[in-house]
Amino acid sequence: MKRSRLPLAVTWLLLAFFYLPIVVVVVSSFNGARFGSGFEGPTLDWYRRLFAHEEIWPAVVNSLLVAAGATLVSVVLGTTAALALHHFRGRLQRLHYALIYTPLVVPEILMGISLLLFFAAIGLELGLFTIFLAHVSFCLSYVAMVVLGRLQDFDDSVVEAARDLGAGWWAIAWRILLPLLAPGILAGGLLAFTLSIDDFVISFFVAGPGSTTLPIRIYSMIKHGSPPLINALSTLLLLVTFLAVWLSQRLRARSET
Amino acid sequence: MKAGRRGEWLLTLPSFGWLLVFFLVPTLIVFAFAFKPSDPFGGVGAGWTTQALVGIADPQYAAILWRTVWLSLLTTALCLVLATPAGYAIARAEPRARARLLLLVIVPFWTSFLIRIFAWKVLLHPEGTFKHALVELGLVPEQATLLYTPGAVLLVMVYTFLPFAVLPIYAAAEKFDFQLLEAARDLGAGRLRAFVEVFLPGIRRGLLTAFLVVFIPALGSYVIPDLVGGPGGEMLGNKIAQRVFVDRNLPHASALSAFLILAVLLPLAAVLALQAQRRRSGVSGEEGA
Repeated sequence: MKRSRLPLAVTWLLLAFFYLPIVVVVVSSFNGARFGSGFEGPTLDWYRRLFAHEEIWPAVVNSLLVAAGATLVSVVLGTTAALALHHFRGRLQRLHYALIYTPLVVPEILMGISLLLFFAAIGLELGLFTIFLAHVSFCLSYVAMVVLGRLQDFDDSVVEAARDLGAGWWAIAWRILLPLLAPGILAGGLLAFTLSIDDFVISFFVAGPGSTTLPIRIYSMIKHGSPPLINALSTLLLLVTFLAVWLSQRLRARSET
Repeated sequence: MKAGRRGEWLLTLPSFGWLLVFFLVPTLIVFAFAFKPSDPFGGVGAGWTTQALVGIADPQYAAILWRTVWLSLLTTALCLVLATPAGYAIARAEPRARARLLLLVIVPFWTSFLIRIFAWKVLLHPEGTFKHALVELGLVPEQATLLYTPGAVLLVMVYTFLPFAVLPIYAAAEKFDFQLLEAARDLGAGRLRAFVEVFLPGIRRGLLTAFLVVFIPALGSYVIPDLVGGPGGEMLGNKIAQRVFVDRNLPHASALSAFLILAVLLPLAAVLALQAQRRRSGVSGEEGA
């Protein structure tokens, strides 16, 4: 029976739609003209100006600091959460699951404003530390879900065999669970890092003076700055993203063989 | 694995405690602050009042709320309509092509949210490439404004949320037994009828998930209308941000946020209730996943 070609055509159109703006940004970053109206010869001028821009680099450092800290803490909390959800049943775990799941569907602006109010209520000064606390709060759920997914295709008999052979829970955790779960934990950590580096809305609400992260800087550049500089910056970030995706794909391909 | 009560608490407490303090308590504070007076220093005063709640009964908010709802509904509808054929096509592709198509859908997910919005700002700009192309093709008049309109907000929202809709629909379509479609065709159903009456009910769960993951974040949109919407494209999220950053009235912002929380809970509860009811009546017995 002949199948309709319409769905595949729609899919290709969607992919064109997805990549059109990305391609335009990359091409514009090498364009001498300001708004991409006509192409005025390839140039690296915008990149040169970008590297001379002093306000970007402290923001990059801030973003990396927050992302590193948030990833580390959320990986630990997310992994223990996934283990608890996987191994135990009952009312406590149902509540636990609801608490982990809800932040995934709540709009970011609500998380931002509620944390801002919370920090105001307890009198905590806004800055990098409050951004870090906020990032752990949303990264945790993503890590837990990724590790939980990994645990679901996990062969529990390996653990039972180890126990029968006399391994204690510490040995089981370190020598069996951790190595077997490592790809899942790594994938969760990578996701947390990307989400933290990319977060604008929540960070914007809980940032204080001197704690500008890269997305906050990009936002103010979009609002007030020069478009060609953002084109150049975007192209560099896209390059980093594609490299990360490529790396994680290779990592997954290796762990599956 | 029975490590006992102590083991359970040891593994549960860190994440449970963290989210209790940094998620549940802050959410409850939103409701509490909606009943607080604002103080002249941008904080909240002592005592309780309904001042902020009276403040959001303003007709300007009714118009914003209405725009927030219809823009979100239209975004969700467009995403579902576009994502369904895509999910179907990816699920029916050869395994190798399927993995590649899926990767192509996911990659934009990984790129910076702000940069994708910025890219549309460049495209829709009065002197931008896209605008020029549309004028050349005779699709829009020379003096048309594309940027800073509700239409621009709709376009960029669909662009941003579409991958979120494709993934759950694909996941459901992948489990769908396509022989059912062929059986329907053999029994004389047309292509469209088989698609609507057999395939769509078969991927119902995927469609419901897609509805939730698009509609709920859409209701809370803030950056998209802020960057491409202009004054005529503002949504509830913009008003919350303005109360926080422009006139620093936290109780007012809390009242609006409390409203948004309720608006988000409504569709969530409706879908969950629908699923629970289906499960009880056993209608969806064939789909255990």
